[in-house]
Amino acid sequence: MIQMDAIQKRLLAEVADLHQVPEGAYNFRANSQLAGRQTTANIDIVSKTDVSGIDIHIKPGTKKESVHIPVVLSASGLKETVYNDFYIGEDSDVVIVAGCGIDNCGVQDSEHDGVHRFYVGRNAKVKYVEKHYGSGDGLGKRILNPVTEVYMEEGSSMEMEMVQIKGVDSTERKTVAELKENAKLVVHERLMTHGEQKALSVYDVNLSGDGSSADVVSRSVARDHSYQKLDMCVKGNAACSGHTECDSIIMDQGTILAVPSLEANSVEAMLVHEAAIGKIAGEQLTKLMTLGLTEQEAEEQIISGFLK
Amino acid sequence: MLELQNISFDVDENGTNKEIIRHLDLKIEDHKFVVITGPNGGGKSTLAKLIVGIERPTEGRIILDGEDITDLSITERANKGIGYAFQQPVRFKGIRVVDLLKIAAGKSLKFSEACDYLSEVGLCAKDYIYREVNASLSGGELKRIEIATVLARKTRLSVFDEPEAGIDLWSFQNLTRIFERMRKEITDSTVVVISHQERILKIADEIIVLADGRIQMQGPGSEVLQKIMGTESAVDTCDRLR
Repeated sequence: MIQMDAIQKRLLAEVADLHQVPEGAYNFRANSQLAGRQTTANIDIVSKTDVSGIDIHIKPGTKKESVHIPVVLSASGLKETVYNDFYIGEDSDVVIVAGCGIDNCGVQDSEHDGVHRFYVGRNAKVKYVEKHYGSGDGLGKRILNPVTEVYMEEGSSMEMEMVQIKGVDSTERKTVAELKENAKLVVHERLMTHGEQKALSVYDVNLSGDGSSADVVSRSVARDHSYQKLDMCVKGNAACSGHTECDSIIMDQGTILAVPSLEANSVEAMLVHEAAIGKIAGEQLTKLMTLGLTEQEAEEQIISGFLK
Repeated sequence: MLELQNISFDVDENGTNKEIIRHLDLKIEDHKFVVITGPNGGGKSTLAKLIVGIERPTEGRIILDGEDITDLSITERANKGIGYAFQQPVRFKGIRVVDLLKIAAGKSLKFSEACDYLSEVGLCAKDYIYREVNASLSGGELKRIEIATVLARKTRLSVFDEPEAGIDLWSFQNLTRIFERMRKEITDSTVVVISHQERILKIADEIIVLADGRIQMQGPGSEVLQKIMGTESAVDTCDRLR
């Protein structure tokens, strides 16, 4: 593994909670270069030859193993599109941790567009954690446009945690999922924007098999002059159940457009959506102030709890 | 000692001035269990909010142990040792019981310490400590957690606003035991409870009856209770539930 500098190490800690080399399989990418890779008997990682990116093959029946694939960018002016494909074998049970950290102190924009495709085998169970983080005080923007595609076979389940809470100037997130019989998808998205940031998050979840279910929940906070559009659509094409929820806190001069939507193409589909946008309740601040916190400390506690 | 000197509190109601508290003078001695009662709309909750700093008086001064705290914020008063249990406990998305207790205690808590505060209010820490303080908890559970946050602060003056409000009688019977124990163990703190319930009034060292923003009666618990039994100020629980 090549040596990482302090900034890269800090980014790594932010996006993958990694302070040292993890156990299990991993693939580190730093400033568009491979910075380290480890495979295991059950998990193989192969570089793509036609485009930038990797194929991750997880053998059927692999249990309790993890794959880390963090990306860090610390040079200004980098722009890359990376394709990562995950082939998750039947009956496996794995944790996948991805994430991208950008530190841009320069004047040129830095951009990482990651396209992640998951092919989840029958009865496989996946927990996917993705964190995005930006830092650096340069004029150059930190841009992340992740595309996530999930193809779920019968009886598979996937839990996705998508977190972007700091420092990304512009993001367009697109997540598409296709579920077969009895497949189950749970998504927890947490988003915070500040300054002049713009974030667009689009979900298109297709429940195409009987017994499939999806629960897509977004919690977001828009501060300063930032803008968010949350567009979450669940489509019921069979005897399925779907729930989508956008819950947002708006502060300062922030703007949030929440568009939870449902499309039923089967009379057996049971679909529910909810959306709420509001400022921090005054009584919440008051309660924490009676416990000795200042108004600002109370606000921080409420937001960090909300985005936990 | 807490002293309210000539406190008035007015609100603007559709363009007309309404007096909620009128030129009220009150002294609450240290190490006492004091119950404030009186008809609804009489100004009890407003009085509690004035003590805690959530509302500011239109005129008058509030003195705590000789220090004028009238112009202090909620936070400053909390840090001077004033605790407050809300009548309607506040819900939080994502904040867990243990997080609230930690904030209240002002330090990180060992599991056993959190357990002490929760068992004090009749909750098993194992079942509750990692639960979010949100709508998944019942009214009674939220009330108990609210009280536990005040206990965790180790305040010198605690104000409980209608602990019986919004919970069922069954839960309330259990809740009164918390106050009975608090009364017994009171040593270096003062407890002020706003309540109509006979069982709470019975354990008071002192009862204050507040109506129309004025103190109508104030004196030793047993004396005042005799005079107000059967009125709106002292509500008996149903005989069958005793």
